[in-house]
Amino acid sequence: MIQQKLREKAKELLSSKTVDLIIGYGSWTLPLRTTPVFIRAPEGVESLVWNSFCENNLTTYLHKFSRLKVGVVVKGCDARSVTALGLEKRFPNHRPLLIGIPCQRMVDRKKVKKAVKGEILQAVEQGELLLVKGEDFNVTLKREDFLYSVCQVCTHRTPLHADVLIGDPVEESPLVDLHPDVKALEGKSPEERWEFFQKEISRCIRCYACREACPMCYCSECFVDSSRPRWIEKSLSPSDLAFYHIVRAYHQTGRCTGCGACERACPMDIRLTHLTQKLNQEVKGLYGFETGIQPETLPPLSTFNPEDEQEFIK
Amino acid sequence: MENESITTWEPKILAFLCNWCSYAGADLAGTSRIQYPPNIRVIRVPCSGRINPLFILKALQSGMDGVLVSGCHPGDCHYLSGNYVGRRKSATLKQFLEYLGVEKSRVQFSWVSAAEGVKFSQVIQEVTEDVRKLGPLKNFVKR
Repeated sequence: MIQQKLREKAKELLSSKTVDLIIGYGSWTLPLRTTPVFIRAPEGVESLVWNSFCENNLTTYLHKFSRLKVGVVVKGCDARSVTALGLEKRFPNHRPLLIGIPCQRMVDRKKVKKAVKGEILQAVEQGELLLVKGEDFNVTLKREDFLYSVCQVCTHRTPLHADVLIGDPVEESPLVDLHPDVKALEGKSPEERWEFFQKEISRCIRCYACREACPMCYCSECFVDSSRPRWIEKSLSPSDLAFYHIVRAYHQTGRCTGCGACERACPMDIRLTHLTQKLNQEVKGLYGFETGIQPETLPPLSTFNPEDEQEFIK
Repeated sequence: MENESITTWEPKILAFLCNWCSYAGADLAGTSRIQYPPNIRVIRVPCSGRINPLFILKALQSGMDGVLVSGCHPGDCHYLSGNYVGRRKSATLKQFLEYLGVEKSRVQFSWVSAAEGVKFSQVIQEVTEDVRKLGPLKNFVKR
């Protein structure tokens, strides 16, 4: 239904030359996954799909097409990324056209894989159910039990400031709960927290997939690549891994939209969103700022208020 | 042997002092012959807003047991708003490091004006004592 409407709209936008390129989700050979598709001709729109596996944040590709008029399929979080990037003046020529789809919350394929034994060969979504098939199993799972943790705590699922909205807006959900990892960690002692952080990042292989997947990581020279000054050594020592992860996350202060692209991209299954979610929470508590909601409010670290909290300063 | 190294251990603290207020405050403390612990190493920066959070992390990684950032009082910044911008960076970084498990007194911030030699000496004493209580930084330093 939504998929059909999306294809029609995409066709209309391409035929009328409103946009040169549409970035959307296409089906792929592997179950529980979709792949980004880049469509330039109206005939190509048949490859667009919409389901619970459209997890990628496609706005990360916008940096590569700054000269074109681009239409991009966005969920709530992706639309917030575009707003945040717009504030950082990333679209001097054409602001991308946002084809927004209210998000039903995406399914975490890693959770599904853990729930079954053996390789998943086919997965079909039917309403609120997932039919998962493998060589010697055939199970029906409830979709809501397998959602991404960032999706579970997402409050703005309807894309804000979308140019085209496909489907009916979903209600703004109240903040039910904090990110489960953040909540669990906050009650622990500093030693336990550091231990948790160390345990997670000890698997890191420094592939920088988290950086590449993030739409907000667009610096022409990242601090890890900089050789003058050389902030960080190219090693896998615990200290350098900690340094990398602290700084990568900290650079997202007031900029992260909580889409979870970093965590999904991680080949070592490192839980990364608890870092950025914590920063989002901090920024909200200290400065009442939520990323990507207001297209005019400057990000918190780009501005100040003389009345800011300063109890921690001697 | 190990006991000996603990008893002779002295905290190493890196102090980023802003050129216009805190550095002058430190100077005043010196010319007024006010005593303060010799545990700080001073780096003069143009403004507390100049502090890139990377500086603080790099200092801790390189073996500093504590970091102090000191600038002008709010409203007194030589560049009008540098310390306000710095304050936001400090607040978020401090909370974030605390969340990760770096003890909160490792990274400290203060406002010291050019006329506050006594306050400067007090701040250094407090910071040194806080860090001394925590002991050497173990979990982040690069070996």
